[in-house]
Amino acid sequence: METLSYRHTAMQRAGGSKLVAVVGVVASGNLEVLAERVLPDTECEVDIRTAAEGFGAVWMAVVADFVERRSPGGLKLSINDGGARPDTVALRLAQAVRLIEGDD
Amino acid sequence: MKDWERQKAARQARIQAGARHARGKAIAVTDLSDFLEAVLRPGDRICLEGDNQKQADILAAALADLDPTKIHDLHMVQSGVVLPEHLDVFERGVAKRLDYAYSGPQSARIARMLFGGQIELGAVHTYLELFARYFIDLTPNVALIAAVSADAQGNLYTGPNTEDTPTVVEATSFKGGLVVAQVKEIVDKVPRVDIPGDQVHFVVPAGKPFYVEPLFTRDPAAITETQILTAMLAIKGLYAPYGIRRLNHGIGFNTAAIELLLPTYGEKLGLRSKICTHWALNPHPTLIPAIEAGWVEQIHCFGSEVGMEQYISARSDIFFTGSDGSLRSNRAFCQTAGLYACDMFIGSTLQIDLQGHSSTVTANRIAGFGGAPNMGSDPRGRRHPSEPWLKAGAEADPDTPAHLRRGRKLVVQIGETFGDKNVPLFVERLDALILAEKLNLELAPVMIYGDDVTHIVTEEGIANLLLCRDKDEREQAICGVAGYTEIGRRRDAKMVQRLRERGAIRRPEDLGIDSLDAGRSLLAARSIKDLVRWSGGLYAPPSQFRNW
Repeated sequence: METLSYRHTAMQRAGGSKLVAVVGVVASGNLEVLAERVLPDTECEVDIRTAAEGFGAVWMAVVADFVERRSPGGLKLSINDGGARPDTVALRLAQAVRLIEGDD
Repeated sequence: MKDWERQKAARQARIQAGARHARGKAIAVTDLSDFLEAVLRPGDRICLEGDNQKQADILAAALADLDPTKIHDLHMVQSGVVLPEHLDVFERGVAKRLDYAYSGPQSARIARMLFGGQIELGAVHTYLELFARYFIDLTPNVALIAAVSADAQGNLYTGPNTEDTPTVVEATSFKGGLVVAQVKEIVDKVPRVDIPGDQVHFVVPAGKPFYVEPLFTRDPAAITETQILTAMLAIKGLYAPYGIRRLNHGIGFNTAAIELLLPTYGEKLGLRSKICTHWALNPHPTLIPAIEAGWVEQIHCFGSEVGMEQYISARSDIFFTGSDGSLRSNRAFCQTAGLYACDMFIGSTLQIDLQGHSSTVTANRIAGFGGAPNMGSDPRGRRHPSEPWLKAGAEADPDTPAHLRRGRKLVVQIGETFGDKNVPLFVERLDALILAEKLNLELAPVMIYGDDVTHIVTEEGIANLLLCRDKDEREQAICGVAGYTEIGRRRDAKMVQRLRERGAIRRPEDLGIDSLDAGRSLLAARSIKDLVRWSGGLYAPPSQFRNW
């Protein structure tokens, strides 16, 4: 088990008013993302607990692209990873932001 | 005086030797070993029928069981090295040399035996290439083939899985060779004559059907969101703008996803009757929804697919069928159709390098080529125009006047940037090169050469290599869709941006596709059971695909 953490400055605050959102499942090749609106509007933190060790450089790149594309200001995202591929990680992160930005 | 009829005499001698074990043309399974030892000669060139689908399994087992002191040094020329017996013949010393095309399930063992020098390798071919050599320099002395049934004269019914049989028989029987067929049973009258009896010398009633592998069945339940995204990109970013009506699909999950998106996503884009109307394709169960929704005009098949027989018979407007109502497949004709009459091949692979070369060889597995390099290559002998072919040609070569410009077949590689167990699709150097060095081969087993590839589709977008003008641009276009692989992370952001502005790289957002819309609800069928439902109960999936 490896633990990684990345802090970024986000261009904008994530929209909507929901405080918490959860997507995905903890399973082999999949991951669970918990999004919480707990940070100042221009900050974003991504904390990762992963079963697959030694992929730090990939995680760093995936998280940096995610922050640039989705601008998740104010969010802390906690990931429980079961060795998901980067495309799945990027998808779940985007889904988490869409969910917390949603109206209902 | 020179004797010009030695082959005829040799065949006559084989027939006479075999006839001692036969009743008419029939050989009992229990006499098979004695019979084979009587008709075979050491050093014979043997075509043991078998490809990625059907297998002359009874004859394969009998051959592997022969006494190597009597029959040895055989030269096997066969489409597929698929059954354990196909390699047992080498291990036991019955056979020595091998020319073949495909070795799916035996890919690891064949690699070990090649490394160990137990097999003398001629070459790894494409199907069509090996068939061609049957008529030039690899003509079999004896063909051991498979059919469903025979009559007393040796007329054969091959049923839906005709596949390679007519080609193998043609090359063997008309050039002095001996043809031996295993069948399930001998009947009074065959349902239709696929092979005329005068081309068949002996028949072995095996009491059971020949083995067929359901290789082209993909369970929709296993299709991922990322595969759906790549399918959306392909449909909107390639099929639609080029207007691809005539095509071939590979067997992977990405193309299965495309098939299942036609009646949903494709319909929404208004593409019915504009794309995917004419196919060179095996009867993929995942194409059932598109057929039922009126997308498909006709399909010619290399082989059949287990469980699709009844459905095909009931859809003779779509498929090629015989007087008995069942499918007539033909691998050689369908490969030719895929090469010359299709405007697109799209399939997945295991490794792509920076030049765009791709290979399914990994360090310890030699899967062979099958038909993919034939489908996935630009036929330089093609002369008839079509809209997609001309458009691709113009993109590749805008400066040549239109009347003298060659068109281009679209050869598309589709896949996720990372495969099973996080193995990257994009690599610095193909494992095929390592293998070529290890085995001292003159050619690395490259599935599709970079100069034939026109597009690469991943979840990151589409690289259009036709629009790349030099080596650097090609490399960066490939890096640009290589995602978070090492190759991908090495990309030159500025150059990738310029390629994107020119349309040589198109991201999902450039095509108006939101990756968050790539959900499984877009699949026209989400399970095998859904496919059965779409078929009105005509599709009967093999037991390993039933979970009800």
